[in-house]
Amino acid sequence: MDSLLSIVTFIPLLAAIILALFLRGDDAASQRNAKWLALIATGASFVLSLIVLAQYDPEVAGFQMVERHDWLLGLNYKVGVDGISVLFVLLTTFLMPLVILSCWDVTFRVKEYMIAFLVLETLMLGVFVALDLVLFYLFFEAGLIPMFLIIGIWGGKERIYASFKFFLYTFLGSVLMLVAMIAMYIDAGTTDIPALLGHSFSAAPVGIGAITLPGGLQTLLWLAFFASFAVKMPMWPVHTWLPDAHVQAPTAGSVVLAAILLKLGGYGFIRFSLPMFPVASDLLAPFVLWLSAIAIVYTSLVALAQTDMKKLIAYSSVAHMGYVTAGIFVANQQGLDGAIFQMISHGFVSGALFLCVGVIYDRMHTRDIDAYGGLANRMPAYAAVFLLFTMANVGLPGTSGFVGEFLTLMGMFQANTWVALVATSGVILSAGYALWLYRRVVLGDLIKESLRSITDLTGREKAIFAPLAVMTILLGVYPALVTDIIGPSVARLLAGYDVALLNAAAQSALALN
Amino acid sequence: MTTIILFAPLLGALICGFGWRILGEAAAQWTATALLFLAAALSWVVFLTFDGQTQQIPIAAWIESGSLVTDWAIRLDRLTAIMLIVVTTVSALVHLYSFGYMAHDDNFRPGESYRPRFFAYLSFFTFAMLMLVTADNLLQLFFGWEGVGVASYLLIGFYFRKPSANAAAIKAFVVNRVGDFAFLLGIFAIYFMVDSIQFSTVLASGPALAQAEMTFLWRDWNAAEVIAVLLFIGAMGKSAQLFLHTWLPDAMEGPTPVSALIHAATMVTAGVFLVCRMSPIMEFAPNALVFVTFIGATTAFFAATVGLVQTDIKRVIAYSTCSQLGYMFVAAGVGVYSAAMFHLFTHAFFKAMLFLGAGSVIHGMHHEQDMRNYGGLRHKMPWTFWAMMIGTLAITGVGIPLTHIGFAGFLSKDAIIESAWGAHSGIGLYAFWMLVISALFTSFYSWRLMFLTFFGKPRGDRHTHEHAHESPPVMLVPLGVLAVGAVLAGMIWYNPFFGDHEDVETFFGIPAVYAAEDGGEGVVAAIEDLAEGDVEGAGLAVTEDAIGDEPAQPVLLHPAPGAGAIYMGAENHVLEEAHHAPVLVKVSAFIAMLIGFVAAWVAYVWRVALPGQIVAQMGPAYRFLLNKWYFDEVYDAVFVRPARRLGAFLWRRGDGDVIDGGINGVALGIIPSITRLAGRAQSGYIFHYAFAMVLGIAILVTWMTLAGGAR
Repeated sequence: MDSLLSIVTFIPLLAAIILALFLRGDDAASQRNAKWLALIATGASFVLSLIVLAQYDPEVAGFQMVERHDWLLGLNYKVGVDGISVLFVLLTTFLMPLVILSCWDVTFRVKEYMIAFLVLETLMLGVFVALDLVLFYLFFEAGLIPMFLIIGIWGGKERIYASFKFFLYTFLGSVLMLVAMIAMYIDAGTTDIPALLGHSFSAAPVGIGAITLPGGLQTLLWLAFFASFAVKMPMWPVHTWLPDAHVQAPTAGSVVLAAILLKLGGYGFIRFSLPMFPVASDLLAPFVLWLSAIAIVYTSLVALAQTDMKKLIAYSSVAHMGYVTAGIFVANQQGLDGAIFQMISHGFVSGALFLCVGVIYDRMHTRDIDAYGGLANRMPAYAAVFLLFTMANVGLPGTSGFVGEFLTLMGMFQANTWVALVATSGVILSAGYALWLYRRVVLGDLIKESLRSITDLTGREKAIFAPLAVMTILLGVYPALVTDIIGPSVARLLAGYDVALLNAAAQSALALN
Repeated sequence: MTTIILFAPLLGALICGFGWRILGEAAAQWTATALLFLAAALSWVVFLTFDGQTQQIPIAAWIESGSLVTDWAIRLDRLTAIMLIVVTTVSALVHLYSFGYMAHDDNFRPGESYRPRFFAYLSFFTFAMLMLVTADNLLQLFFGWEGVGVASYLLIGFYFRKPSANAAAIKAFVVNRVGDFAFLLGIFAIYFMVDSIQFSTVLASGPALAQAEMTFLWRDWNAAEVIAVLLFIGAMGKSAQLFLHTWLPDAMEGPTPVSALIHAATMVTAGVFLVCRMSPIMEFAPNALVFVTFIGATTAFFAATVGLVQTDIKRVIAYSTCSQLGYMFVAAGVGVYSAAMFHLFTHAFFKAMLFLGAGSVIHGMHHEQDMRNYGGLRHKMPWTFWAMMIGTLAITGVGIPLTHIGFAGFLSKDAIIESAWGAHSGIGLYAFWMLVISALFTSFYSWRLMFLTFFGKPRGDRHTHEHAHESPPVMLVPLGVLAVGAVLAGMIWYNPFFGDHEDVETFFGIPAVYAAEDGGEGVVAAIEDLAEGDVEGAGLAVTEDAIGDEPAQPVLLHPAPGAGAIYMGAENHVLEEAHHAPVLVKVSAFIAMLIGFVAAWVAYVWRVALPGQIVAQMGPAYRFLLNKWYFDEVYDAVFVRPARRLGAFLWRRGDGDVIDGGINGVALGIIPSITRLAGRAQSGYIFHYAFAMVLGIAILVTWMTLAGGAR
């Protein structure tokens, strides 16, 4: 199984091609076939990714299961995983079958819908396994297209505006990142990511006109990558595309967007910014920490003011990503462990929350919080599920949401107590907006006439939520499942980071003398 | 055995919560209750056979990251043992009581299954509370801490159709989170300074922390003080101390058994437990302890004044709880942690009983809670009346002055008042007077409750009074058991908690470390070891020394922090001073109690028109108390509404105008081609963008390949 990673990555694409070429017609039978094929393909990908996990040895340094082939135009196809990326692969393959299941009732252009998700899965997996800069860029940017289509074709009323905003934001960042990648290639002479990780980019200050730029080339490259990843995260203040995209996206699209696509930015920070540009990261860390702390408080407050369920959860996602960015750039073990954990946990929790919205949206066709109230009366199972994920979102110990928050905050405290103080106040605000949402939707008496006949979770819906609930609690009670895998890789990354900083300090001391 | 105690309630909660459809409602409830009784029985075995030696029982690994290592593990010492019996005993009795109390409930529709859910929540709460008290590290304690918070949220909001109950539940959770916010920062600070959050390491680090400075926010502080204050703010939230107390009265929206278990006997005392648990650090933070004493004393006074005028029977008891918790914090603040635990212990019995008694009255009066509609109920509910009477005698502190004979509250409350005096400090004196005045108020409102409820003529709806009835035995038995505790707990356990120094040290497992006099190096080494918090090393150094030399007179060394369940600093002689308090100090609480009783008797039995006249004359003062010093109004105006307004402002102006406006402005203004794109966006040809992107990527990659000459 030398090419296991590639198989995992490309099974969904293969299924998409089969669908595109061989499935004809739009009747119920062909729709069913499309869904089943998509489910089987994503399921197979998940099963095989379990083998990847089983074969992965956390104690071995560097990338594992590396495959390298020549590709067109002299480019390299190179994939592999380390402790940082392997769990994102698992997260993606775990969630995709559930995503496919969640759109079982869709009837509009089902074949295309399935193709979009299958292609999207391949592209997302590609981002996490790519070990070549060009390959990474291809997957990273191409992933926008199916998402863009999912919002634009299967989305809500304002879908065009939302997808345009989504595109506009990400486009600018992409251009800058591309320029940076070319610069990296010129400087290092390779597009191989492991080689680039070993390359030290110049951090000598450069003068641009009258201004001397500390950190030199590293700072410029860092900023270019930051432009792209910060939008993807999204970080405050470039987050405003996310609420609109979420609101307009169909449920399954929202789930993928929140659970997986948002992780690309954080993964990029950890894969590129921190280890490749350590001097710049160190230099600009206070900037990122404060943006993150502001994001947590700002978006939590904004979440309090929302009247649309999806927007509220979208803003809460931005707040949770604030913990991630801060955890990454405090550059200590707890911070980074916490950041990765938070991303994985958020994948389950926010995905589940968007599914929770989807459940009642499918029944009532509105996301307006005021249209609901008292659902516990007729939907006890739904109330229980929603409560679990609300509590996980609030960061209750014993759920996965707590571990990431706790570790990142602990990391922040060691770096800057002010940032930690501001960020920790998020635990108060998150309780406020999440419980208030829960109260307005689920609790109270069932007064509204329109809700009189609403039905509880179906078996299919329960089957979707069950794995998510299990993971949320399992990771909350036994987080070693994750930390044992990421810990050694993070420790290695940080060791390299510290050495690079020391070297840079020594060099600049030499330069001064 | 402790592991069984810990997990029996969890098992009960799971079986009852998820299995009731299979087992049937009654069987599920009995399963949960039986498991709780098992846990209670085992807890008493643990408590009575416990030898004082701290034990650690690992269960599984939890959060590990770098040097941060936390386990799921049990730390069993005297503090844990005390809390085990308090939690499981009250919980088991409350489970039993709930069979009667929850049998019928107008908040639910006929045929609706709400009881298994209630029992599952109760059992889950008990599990979380046990996690809190058995924690081996701060993080596990925090797990329990938040777990009980969730259980409290669920149970306060149990009547989920009532808007007021839902609001109270959220308020409880969010206000507690304010405390948790500081608690978390405290945990971070401890890890930052000590590089561990295991109790065994943390508790031994007190002396080092007292010497260390840490940067927190804008300046450097003494590390022990910062940590102590942050943890105490956490405790203030959970234990409803002044400024973070507003949730507790509202929490009475929950069913009464919940109030008895969570909001009287167990959860709200978690803060006191935390301060006692952290006593080896608290002792090295004198300024923080002044703060603790001040908040405790002020809360005791504040809550007692508000309790004077409330008319809802449960709210009176709620404010009483708040006030009594203030007493406990005073004891901890002046350094007599054993007295704090003593009052926690006795209070659990009589306050749980008062709540369950009130529940019995409410049950018998068809969920009427306003005392103005009670009156003369002692004939209809004799058993409840006598139980409440014992509870009142206990809380007001009835006993024989200058002896150790009296109801539970007499012994433990006097212990605290004497301790406050024995501190011989300004803050101690402040606390002493606050507590004596509070004792007077406590007596007044407690007797007022008794007189209004059980004496005089029936008031209010006649129909309700005609149907008033005594509660079933399943509710009266728990009252009886708790009554035994309320009478005897103080007398039986006076010495271990508040006797001689040696008694207390033995009870709490503080090892007596002896050193040979003139022993030379051994003692020096031992002292050095002790300074580093190394008890075993100290003992070893002394032993080694003793072997070589001729026998010498042993000298008692001061035990190291963290060696026993609690720690009292070398300079802390408050316990002895309290015992040597003047007679006037020792009888002060008793006198205050008598005055309060007489005043209540005059106002509510002898001259029943008097309260109305006083209210008419003292309108503003009365309204000030009735409105609970306007804390809710102020908080609403200062925090709640501004937060919402700020959220709305940031959303519309910040996100909407500034960010989107700015980005649109830049994009549309500067780049004309984007303008065209924007124009096309309206046309809906989404594929154009996809195509443009693919094309763009293709072009760029090609260019890169050719220009770069990739290898």
